[in-house]
Amino acid sequence: MAYSDKTRGMYSDILTGLQDAGLFKMERYIHSPQAADIEVEFPSGSSLKKVINICANNYLGLSSHPDVVKAAHEGLDSHGYGMSSVRFICGTQDIHRQLENMVSEFLGTEDTILFPSCMDANAGVFEAVLTKDDVMISDRLVHASIIDGIRLCSAMHDTFKHSDMAHLESKLQLHHDRRLKMVITDGVFSMDGDTAKLDEMAALCEKYDALLFVDESHASGFIGKTGRGTHEKYGVMDKVDIITTTFGKGLGGASGGCVSGRKELVEMCRQKARPYLFSNTIAPPVVAGVIKVLEILSANTELRDKLEKNTEFWRKGLTEAGLVLKDGDTPIVPVMLFNAKLSQDVSRGLYEEGVYAIGFFFPVVPQGQARIRTQISAGHEIHHLEKALDAFTKVGKKYNILGKSKQEIIDMYGM
Amino acid sequence: MEEMLEVVREYIIEEYVEDDSEVTFDTPLISGGIVDSFSMVSLKRFLENKYNISIPDDKATPEAFDSVNKICVLVKEYIA
Ligand SMILES: Cc1ncc(COP(=O)(O)O)c(C=O)c1O
Repeated sequence: MAYSDKTRGMYSDILTGLQDAGLFKMERYIHSPQAADIEVEFPSGSSLKKVINICANNYLGLSSHPDVVKAAHEGLDSHGYGMSSVRFICGTQDIHRQLENMVSEFLGTEDTILFPSCMDANAGVFEAVLTKDDVMISDRLVHASIIDGIRLCSAMHDTFKHSDMAHLESKLQLHHDRRLKMVITDGVFSMDGDTAKLDEMAALCEKYDALLFVDESHASGFIGKTGRGTHEKYGVMDKVDIITTTFGKGLGGASGGCVSGRKELVEMCRQKARPYLFSNTIAPPVVAGVIKVLEILSANTELRDKLEKNTEFWRKGLTEAGLVLKDGDTPIVPVMLFNAKLSQDVSRGLYEEGVYAIGFFFPVVPQGQARIRTQISAGHEIHHLEKALDAFTKVGKKYNILGKSKQEIIDMYGM
Repeated sequence: MEEMLEVVREYIIEEYVEDDSEVTFDTPLISGGIVDSFSMVSLKRFLENKYNISIPDDKATPEAFDSVNKICVLVKEYIA
């Protein structure tokens, strides 16, 4: 047997180390469809608890929307369950191309290529379009999947301080001699809920002849007046060269992602991106579901408008309750607790009160910036948010953090 | 050498340190998590421009860049 006791012991030591360091991740089993109200088994084996979910990326409440579920059923009937092939052998159906065209239309781009996930899109895109003569200049807080994609690409890589435009400009000057320069950012940053200054970034990219890449995973469907994304919010719909996004969050929440943008760049991905070439694409029922999602979102702005109202209500409520928030206007609303253990305790307290929200701490966020990240949905009704606010108030009182400043909380609990 | 040490230290603080942590000539930069190996390239390009040298990629390793002192030793090798 090759898996010797020594090998097993080595791995169990590593895992014990993670547990001791408080870094061990545990799943909570949800027994209901994804929605505002869910039924959770936690810890494993305990009886089911009904809680309000405020930590899903289900921004538009479409994960279990009856029209989307119905469309997926119909897609299953008309196009089958799986393709048993990658795209370029015999794994492309009419609906895959239909969805690509719809995404281009929705995002205002020239062309789109689907990927099994946005993780795969980000893993494949840089290597497909850049070479060692080029440079990638990324915001220091971009998502982990972009970092992996950058690692897989032979182009030179540099970073700029988060949202610091002067620093970005100095990097564009420093690397003026590269064949191509690509500026890389998230549209909405998932941990802080702030948005990239795409108007300024687009202007810098024009000035220094650089390509602009934006990951819109936490933006597509609801940021901007008609929900097209961060590029709509900043009035630069035609200035972003590559968008990647996911269908695993606001756009139905099942799975899948894409690269969308200039048609030559998309074609380069079709010819060269490895996760596209060597992995099955999105399954037919999911494709049918995403098509329905885009139909719903193109018909009117009802859902993103409701999300905006819910978000305002939520931010105002938490602020009035006396909690410290990160500024912003996206549905990602971090409640700052600074101390890692406090974030875990508050999360547990909320759960006891019937509210499901998770504490994030180092290394997921910087040291001393532990928080509960709350995420608002168009699937929430005001009564959900009121109940969740009550829970925050109750737990906040217990830990004596209401009306306290950042410094006061740190003085009480440490960083 | 003194002057080069200061120049390099200042650049590192300006470029990479976002709180008020201290950087000495021996502070581990890459293994200490101050400079992520990803952002090393601008340090390399800064040194090359500043001292008018060219450091081969295989010499610009995370180990060779791991403190202000080590960086200056490396740079000296390439100054004619
Ligand atoms: C910014 C960003 N990009 C990409 C992804 C990956 O998306 P997917 O689940 O489609 O792989 C995520 C999901 O966590 C994300 O937050």
